[in-house]
Amino acid sequence: MKHGKAFLAAAALGGMLVFVAACGSGGSGSAASSAGKVNKTPLTLMFGSSGPAETKAVDTAAAAFTKQSGIKVKVIAASNLTQQLAQGFAAGHPPDVFYLDPGSFQNYAKDNALYPYAQSLPNAKDFYPALRTAFTYQGKFICDPKDASTLALYINTADWKQAGLTSADIPTNWDQLATVAKKLTTGGRVGLVLDNSHSELDEFLYQNGGTVVGSNGKVDLDSSQNVAALTFLKKMLSEGILKFPPSLSSGWSGQAFGENKAAMDIVGNWLVGAMQSDYPSVHYQVATIPAGPTGTAATLSFTNCWGVARSSANVAGAVDFVKFLTTPQQQMAFSKAFGVIPSLATLQSQWQSTFPNLAVHTKELAYAHPDIALPNDTQALTSFDSALTQLVTGNPATILQNAQANLAPLASQDG
Amino acid sequence: MATRQRALLPVRRRAPGAPGARRGRGHAHRVRRREAAAGWLFTAPAVVALIVFLVLPIITAAWVSISDWNGIGSPFSSGVHSVGAANYAALLAKPGLAQQDLGLSIRDNLYYVLLVVPLQTALALLLAIVVSRKALRGRGFFRTAFYFPSVTSSVAVSMIFLFLFADAGVINAALGYLGVHGPNWFSDPNGLLHMIASGLGIRSPAALTGHGLLGVSWWDWLAGPSVAMVTLIILAIWTTAGTFMLLFLPALYNISEQIEEAAIMDGAGPWTRFRRITLPLIRPALFLVLTLGLIGTWQVFDQVFLITQGNPAETTLTPAYLAYLVSFGNQQWGQGAAIAFILFGIIVVFTVLQRLVLRGRGSLNDVRGWRA
Repeated sequence: MKHGKAFLAAAALGGMLVFVAACGSGGSGSAASSAGKVNKTPLTLMFGSSGPAETKAVDTAAAAFTKQSGIKVKVIAASNLTQQLAQGFAAGHPPDVFYLDPGSFQNYAKDNALYPYAQSLPNAKDFYPALRTAFTYQGKFICDPKDASTLALYINTADWKQAGLTSADIPTNWDQLATVAKKLTTGGRVGLVLDNSHSELDEFLYQNGGTVVGSNGKVDLDSSQNVAALTFLKKMLSEGILKFPPSLSSGWSGQAFGENKAAMDIVGNWLVGAMQSDYPSVHYQVATIPAGPTGTAATLSFTNCWGVARSSANVAGAVDFVKFLTTPQQQMAFSKAFGVIPSLATLQSQWQSTFPNLAVHTKELAYAHPDIALPNDTQALTSFDSALTQLVTGNPATILQNAQANLAPLASQDG
Repeated sequence: MATRQRALLPVRRRAPGAPGARRGRGHAHRVRRREAAAGWLFTAPAVVALIVFLVLPIITAAWVSISDWNGIGSPFSSGVHSVGAANYAALLAKPGLAQQDLGLSIRDNLYYVLLVVPLQTALALLLAIVVSRKALRGRGFFRTAFYFPSVTSSVAVSMIFLFLFADAGVINAALGYLGVHGPNWFSDPNGLLHMIASGLGIRSPAALTGHGLLGVSWWDWLAGPSVAMVTLIILAIWTTAGTFMLLFLPALYNISEQIEEAAIMDGAGPWTRFRRITLPLIRPALFLVLTLGLIGTWQVFDQVFLITQGNPAETTLTPAYLAYLVSFGNQQWGQGAAIAFILFGIIVVFTVLQRLVLRGRGSLNDVRGWRA
């Protein structure tokens, strides 16, 4: 979703080959060994890869775990993780360990398909609270967050200088954001680009003092603060100082930013990898996301967790594997390999000194709200996104009322 | 296909009391029983394959569509309960997102069918007529060239269309030379009929926006295919016309030259010969092409999955893609299966309607009538 359509298609093609190859290499191992002995039943790890760097890093980590524990691990890079996981669960043979997004987490947690290991592990309190919340179901912390991402303001430094702006002009609130966006908008370039999805727009609702899902777990989308926030975005859209990627003929906001069709982009740290590989000559700066009119600082956080299937033939081995994958050393190795932010708050200072230019993203975790995730929410969120895409001609109040009507019943089944 | 298999069976070859049955009824009966057994034996592999790959999945899906299966473990395990018609009710009777999405998907697919089926059939027939002409040099080359899009994988074709119709793609560049500012093909949700209406000064009349069907107002039902859907329509016509050309070709070769010559002698022009001779004589092929086209277009999935994912503004949503989205995305397997069965119902209704329409209008008699 966040890497653009073309990438997804390419990943699908590549992933399919990997998957086919992986399927050919023998089935799962024998049943659990006799009592007393350590269960050495091989494990299967399924994950959705962002690219070759991530696939290689995960392969290396799995090999290191096998060397240490003697438990073999079959690594499957899924071409469509959500679908392949669903197929695994339906067939009664899910992978033992897998990446799990917060939305799917809600579904599987509701159906009691996940082994809830996280709460009892000694490092449970070391993860950032916003990430823990995303994987807490009915008050129970179920699975360990794998990594973290937050939205921040990315600025093209050349455009910035060209518009006569200095470091003192970096926007800290909405008014300033609109002002610099206007200054940065020229004939062929728009000041600000945002992805036309709730995952890149909801932070404005929080910044305006509203909520998406309140602390009581109830959806509260159609508040007056939220209508005002969308109205602010609609105004920027109609003034032409903010655009969505399709109207810049881009698959996602990062492409528009990289091709310099936009001077600023509020986006997650997944942009860093794309800039490195696709637009290495573009210089940019990462700034803290601007606060709302009343000074409320808010951003959205994104994460996946290491899910463990309850029906795994080797639950203990799977949990050991996750423990291995979430150690500080392993998390720093993943960070260096493909640029993710470690999920352990205890690693914050070490990470910030290693990647000072991205320190903003971890500082923001203090006031981050998890991106919305409710059981069975795909259809409702798809509908919300397509309404947001039409924001420039749409009515903010109607959009939010419809989304509220579609999402509220999903939250209530969460118990 | 099933009828053909039955016709090949030896079972019904000897009627009881036929002149050959000399040794009495008992013997004939035994022979027929043996033949029947042999028949079943020979068809057993096909019957087993049909049961395993066709009948059982359909029964499973039918059960899932009336159950609360959550996608974990077998749908026939003890934890799965029947919910009666609740899944169908949520889609057809209860106002809400599920109903509205189904309504939108049926609308989008309906416009797709209404445009693709006639256009691809006409194009296929045109290509077949061109290729079947003896005067054409290099017929083999053209036949292969026209058929090529059909054998290319739909993934590859979809990728090519993504590039062609990109905002700064080839199509828009070509339009730019002609001084036309091309639309943003894949992200333009405006319906063609709405665009025409707004050109005529009509904008969302209250009489149509107030009421609707399946959670979609009449005004939105009349939106027409969106610009994004038009690209999918072009893609479908381009890829399948070649396949159906192949079905028309043998039918055209089968028309005896004598009939054509006789018609020419009687003074029939090319258009009359096409209307009164060619069309009636290829009616079975036409029926096949229309039926296959109708079924295929109602089931469109891969282009939507690869190119638009139902966007923009849910104007390329189709029931087949919606069933996938609801099942795998939303994890509401019962509702997803129910959508699939509703789609099945739609296809049956349309096929029966088309059969009635085609049967009602003349046959070979047209030719005889003309010659008399």
